[in-house]
Amino acid sequence: MSTDQSQRSIRCLVAKVGLDGHDRGAHVIARAFRDAGFEVIYSGLHKAPDEIVQAAVQEDVNVLGISILSGAHSTLVPKIIEGLKEYDAFDDTLILVGGVIPDDDKAELKELGVSEVFGPGTPMEETVEYVRENAPER
Amino acid sequence: MSESAGLLDDLLAGKHRALARVITKIENHDPGYRELVSGLYEHTGHAEVIGITGSPGAGKSTLVDKLAEHYREQGETVGVVAIDPSSPYTGGAVLGDRIRMASNVGDMDVFFRSMSARGNLGGLSTATADAVKAMDAFGKDKVIIETVGAGQNEIDIVGAADTVCVLVPPGAGDNVQMLKAGILEIADIFVVNKADMDGADRTVQELTEMVHLGQGSTTVDAGHHGFDEVEMDLDMPEDTDPWTPPIVETVAIDGQGVVDLVETFAEHRQFLEDSGELTRRRRQRVAEEIRTLLRDDAAGLVAAEMDDHGGVGAFVDNVMSGDTDPYTIADDVMEPIRDCIEEQ
Repeated sequence: MSTDQSQRSIRCLVAKVGLDGHDRGAHVIARAFRDAGFEVIYSGLHKAPDEIVQAAVQEDVNVLGISILSGAHSTLVPKIIEGLKEYDAFDDTLILVGGVIPDDDKAELKELGVSEVFGPGTPMEETVEYVRENAPER
Repeated sequence: MSESAGLLDDLLAGKHRALARVITKIENHDPGYRELVSGLYEHTGHAEVIGITGSPGAGKSTLVDKLAEHYREQGETVGVVAIDPSSPYTGGAVLGDRIRMASNVGDMDVFFRSMSARGNLGGLSTATADAVKAMDAFGKDKVIIETVGAGQNEIDIVGAADTVCVLVPPGAGDNVQMLKAGILEIADIFVVNKADMDGADRTVQELTEMVHLGQGSTTVDAGHHGFDEVEMDLDMPEDTDPWTPPIVETVAIDGQGVVDLVETFAEHRQFLEDSGELTRRRRQRVAEEIRTLLRDDAAGLVAAEMDDHGGVGAFVDNVMSGDTDPYTIADDVMEPIRDCIEEQ
């Protein structure tokens, strides 16, 4: 008779990286995740890749959602992924990218290790369900 | 077990990922987390634990940021546990305190961890105290617990921190009076933050009056925090003056007053050590931990016993149909447990 009752929760970091100042989408996602029962850490604006890595590692998030609408994804995402690998956090963190990403770049990001890319207009439910189904166990 | 042992070794070796993972296991009550915390215990007792609480908007996160920055400049390592409320309906939470930690970006030696209250009415739970232990074992010099004050939260934080700091925003004059009983009982230090705003002087004055009023109380002193005393054989210095909570003014956004506050923390620390109060508080903390764990274990046994009877739903059906009442059900469920205990 074990009293170790699990209180599992999916933890998500919603990250804004680089000079991109569009935060409305990130706020909407953060709120949708909260209402889905997830625990959401929001990074705030204008974060450097190493700050995102610091937050993802220390918070031990299941999911890292990176919001980019500045076109700098090809520069910034690799740096974040490299940092996650440095701290052994890459293998069991689900990495999502949201925002304006050209189709050609989506394949490239996925090769790097991004699990999925969500463009503008993606229904909230779709993102939430994707996280529920794919978030790695902790 | 082998996974726990590996995690523990990695944590003690200073791996950030391991510390983060251990805290997650503690928070999730994952199988094996008890062995983890048990293994941490012999490595704890070195960190100074500071609790910072106060009403929303008092500027706690900004102050924590400046405190962490100051300690880092002194070459000390810092751990922060920031607790935010979670939704009672979905369990979801937006943990927003990390945004304020602007001065320590990229500094891995400031280990910041957001925690959700996960439905605990008090906001804090054994998970918080255990997370503090993990940071202590990791080697942090200072661990800061930050939590929103909401009445019960303020009482709970006493059980986890050596020094409790209550932040009061200026203009809280009327609220200060209303919070009198709770605040006086838990605060080791008061901070009037945003002290450059209108109303700050008045708030300081009212706090000063409150502190003095508390000193003049004729109530029998049952200990600084009013908890049931745990019997001690300690040789307590009888002539030590009691600690009067000082009032420190800060403007955290600019870093003003932070040095004074750090010095006040150090003074309180010295008082705790000189008076023996530190040992008394830690004994009290351990006593409460033991009680909590036993309560949780007993609750688990009761839950298992209820499942054997068809679960709580079956009991509810019985009550709703008028066959019995909750008190009788409780007596019935407890009977085998009571019998076993009485047989000893």
